[in-house]
Amino acid sequence: MPHDHDHTEPPSDLELRVKALESLLLEKGLVNPDALNAIIETYEHKVGPKNGAHVVAKAWSDPDFKQALLTDATSAVVDLGYIGRQGEHLTVVENTPSVHNLVVCTLCSCYPWTLLGLPPIWYKSAPYRARAVSEPRSVLAEFGSELPESTGIQVWDSTSEMRYLVLPMQPAGTEDWGEARLQALVSRNSMIGVELAKPASTLAQRDAES
Amino acid sequence: MIGGHDLGGKHGLGPINPEPESKEPLFHAEWERRIFALTLATGMLGQWNIDESRHARERQHPVDYLKQSYYENWLVGLEKLLDEKHLLERAENQQENLRIPDAVGAEKILASGGPTLMQDKAPARFGIGAKVMAAKRQGSGHTRVPAYAQGASGEIVDHYGTHVFPDANARGDRRGEHLYSVRFDGESLWGNESQGQSVFIDLWEPYLEAAAI
Repeated sequence: MPHDHDHTEPPSDLELRVKALESLLLEKGLVNPDALNAIIETYEHKVGPKNGAHVVAKAWSDPDFKQALLTDATSAVVDLGYIGRQGEHLTVVENTPSVHNLVVCTLCSCYPWTLLGLPPIWYKSAPYRARAVSEPRSVLAEFGSELPESTGIQVWDSTSEMRYLVLPMQPAGTEDWGEARLQALVSRNSMIGVELAKPASTLAQRDAES
Repeated sequence: MIGGHDLGGKHGLGPINPEPESKEPLFHAEWERRIFALTLATGMLGQWNIDESRHARERQHPVDYLKQSYYENWLVGLEKLLDEKHLLERAENQQENLRIPDAVGAEKILASGGPTLMQDKAPARFGIGAKVMAAKRQGSGHTRVPAYAQGASGEIVDHYGTHVFPDANARGDRRGEHLYSVRFDGESLWGNESQGQSVFIDLWEPYLEAAAI
């Protein structure tokens, strides 16, 4: 386990409170230490945005899958093995030149864990939860994303157990790319809707550098 | 309840300041990693459901909710649930057989999740395209209709079937109600400055009234 904190600093109150709680729960036998490790291992190393990128790249390169995904996302991703906690019910919303989608949970932090892993800190923050529904354009601008005035914005407030994933627009010039190469253009943020997928030139540049 | 957690449309909270995606750690301190795992592991004991868990975090002074970090609110919620369910005393007295998942058990629970879709018990009241209004709800219990939508009118765009109703589930009563996706024009929520924008909210049938056209 990485030790990235400074040992010369005294532990914070929170650190002590959580430690005390963990000791108590272990002592009473209410949690199994191996289960704690398995939970952390799952979200640190197994479940993450690469799952979502796989789904998006497949949708870009396989029209039948895209159709299935937009019709019944829950079933379409189960076939790829993506099912589990905080991904029990899924809807995929498609970005087009005329419509851009953005996902938020104003009441807590609902997020498609099975496809994106745990949400980033900003997604759970008060400013994002407050502003995404009322001023999405200024939120997008904070992420460096600008959309034409004519593009309508649809914001999805995740108030139920339905989870939302944005299908970003496929970058121009990637029409004949294979699924594996396309995945590299799908950022996590593009699947939340705060950014667009990376342009094809990102990879061309990387290829040139390597 | 319209608590500190009900944030849609609030002003004055400042910039988002997102960390760049490539440089962002999953947890920002070891205690966050621990409280995350403890919350999930104790949830697997089946002594409370996800809505009780959300409600436990919401039932705080709004100033505390907003001042505390995200995982600190998780800690507060878990401490509250353990206390209210007397779980530590019950474990001590060994009066009942609590099933404590091991690593394999925990992985199984994470992989199967907790679907909320239920059998329909009654026909849906609203069809696709129906105009509805989100009712004003002043109760202090758990609910999932955001304050900013209350009193606003929108249109049903999808029907997700019957799902566990959070307001009842938070009181330990697992029953279903029809769940809809409702589209609200930005204008009807926020005024004229929001043209070309709409907000889709998942709302259960008891939250909705037929709108006068």
